Amino acid sequence: MVPRINSMNTVTKANTVTSKNTVTTEKEAFAGSPTIQTATPTEISQEQFALEILNLDSWYGDFQALHGVTIKIPRNQVTAFIGPSGCGKSTLLRWCNRMNDTIAIARASGTLRMGDTDLLSKSIDVVDLRRRVGIVFQKANPFPKSIFDNVAFGPRLHMKANRSELADLVEWSLRKAALWDEVKDRLNKPALGLSGGQQQRLCIARAIAVGPEVLLMDEPCSALDPASTLAIEDLMDELRTQYTIVIVTHNMQQASRCSDKTAFFFEGKVVEYGPTDRIFTNPENKQTEDYVSGRFG
Amino acid sequence: MNTPESTADLNDRVRSILAADRRSLRGVRIREIGVYAVLVLCGVFSLLITIAIVGVLLTETLNFFRSDEVTLSNFLGSGQWTPLLGSTKSFGIWALISGTMLVTVIAMAIALPLGLITAVYLSEYAPRKVRAVLKPVLEVLAGVPTVVYGFFALVTITPFLQWLHGGFNVFNATSGGIAVGILCLPTVCSLAEDALQAVPSSLRDGAYGLGGTRFDATVKVILPAALSGIISAFLLAIARAIGETMIVAIACGSRPQVTGDPRDEIQTMTGFMVQMAGGDVSNFGIEYYSMYAVAFTLFMITLSLTMIGNVVRRRYREAYE
Repeated sequence: MVPRINSMNTVTKANTVTSKNTVTTEKEAFAGSPTIQTATPTEISQEQFALEILNLDSWYGDFQALHGVTIKIPRNQVTAFIGPSGCGKSTLLRWCNRMNDTIAIARASGTLRMGDTDLLSKSIDVVDLRRRVGIVFQKANPFPKSIFDNVAFGPRLHMKANRSELADLVEWSLRKAALWDEVKDRLNKPALGLSGGQQQRLCIARAIAVGPEVLLMDEPCSALDPASTLAIEDLMDELRTQYTIVIVTHNMQQASRCSDKTAFFFEGKVVEYGPTDRIFTNPENKQTEDYVSGRFG
Repeated sequence: MNTPESTADLNDRVRSILAADRRSLRGVRIREIGVYAVLVLCGVFSLLITIAIVGVLLTETLNFFRSDEVTLSNFLGSGQWTPLLGSTKSFGIWALISGTMLVTVIAMAIALPLGLITAVYLSEYAPRKVRAVLKPVLEVLAGVPTVVYGFFALVTITPFLQWLHGGFNVFNATSGGIAVGILCLPTVCSLAEDALQAVPSSLRDGAYGLGGTRFDATVKVILPAALSGIISAFLLAIARAIGETMIVAIACGSRPQVTGDPRDEIQTMTGFMVQMAGGDVSNFGIEYYSMYAVAFTLFMITLSLTMIGNVVRRRYREAYE
């Protein structure tokens, strides 16, 4: 099972690469010139975006929560959304796997693309989308089931895995979430018996057990103590090689420690978006500077 | 506004307000004692009523068993209930328990599945507007006097059953059972819905976030999480069905017998008590005391169901915090 997931990812990547190559080869054959083999820098960067958000507006009823948000989220990196409460960062996150569908009055317009898939399309299969884009919530929400059944929940929904495949998948996910050693002897014990930090790592294991490409994290550490927070941050550092991670956080140290790119939101707009180093050390915008230096918010 | 004078004025006024007399401490203390006494009296009152009822039931039941005409083995070991037949009196409680069970099983076969499904619909599926209409309508069902259900069973359900199948007696267990089921439906539905609503929405988000459909979330996460509440709702509904009186007295007849035939006339424990209490039986004969023995048995059954319900709720309750 585990290898299958890996190979699935590889196959998808290989496919895109192949098609890219094919295009290049065709062009090459057509133009008869070797220079075209080198892709233009823009082409390369487009290839690396996991999520493209262009000019996205969002409303809850009459209240406009997002105003023309444009962010391109790079593949296999950690992108942090920061900003004061109510600035729309969670709203944006919840559009990325359509969790906002559960809110009757929420709607959005603009472009939200994952590869070629239009995530705002009415016809999109949200079940498959949520398999590809996993989410971890602010408050750890393990199901009142055993640790094993929690992690196996998603695979049981989406795959026809047999018992031993499921066991492999559960072990793999728990290892990835750095929880295996702590729980391997009590997989059949209730998940609610775990500590808060363990529960949150269990939720991460549960999210990656279905083989997502993107992992959304909505303030995953806000209810945790510093030690558990550190554990989760280490975990994100390890996961970034395989997953695209988008994290919403109120903790600016956390954003500066563990993200590659940072977007600063204010009143539903993206004030500034760029490499984390630059946002924190040399922001272009005065508001961003005030916020990251702790002068407001 | 913020001139020094006006601020000084304000300060003076506040100073005089703060310096004024407080409410009398003694008055406060007396009022607190008075409130406490009223509260304790009310609590003790309901406790005393309960103790008095149980006491009367218990002493009169003991009187019943002290009689020469009845033995405990006859009471608990026989299915013959003929307290009014002069020389061949027999007090086999199973005839009445069997009638009660038959009606309860029929009632629950209707109320439990329908109530649970309705609760799931209301809690997980129904749009807010539908819910706003459906829930009060269901609660109206619970407010209909049971005597209305009783004659509804007799004049509507029974003829319909007889039209379906000729073998139904005028008084039969099915008709009363269906009416009791309808009566219990709102109980099951409202308690089960409370249990479903008590499941934190973070668990719903969790199920949806992993790509679960509404059905996945309901069946695999929410129902199991609400299981203890649902079971105790079921037990309360069963207790209610067992204790229901008016419907069965009107629609099920008055022939105590051990039977599994739902088309037949039966008598339930409550039905017998109504017959006794409403008839002209003297208030000291053995048949009079038999009423208390039946009442005590019924009380023990419903009490144990309530207690099992409480144990289930406490033991299997998931602590989410």
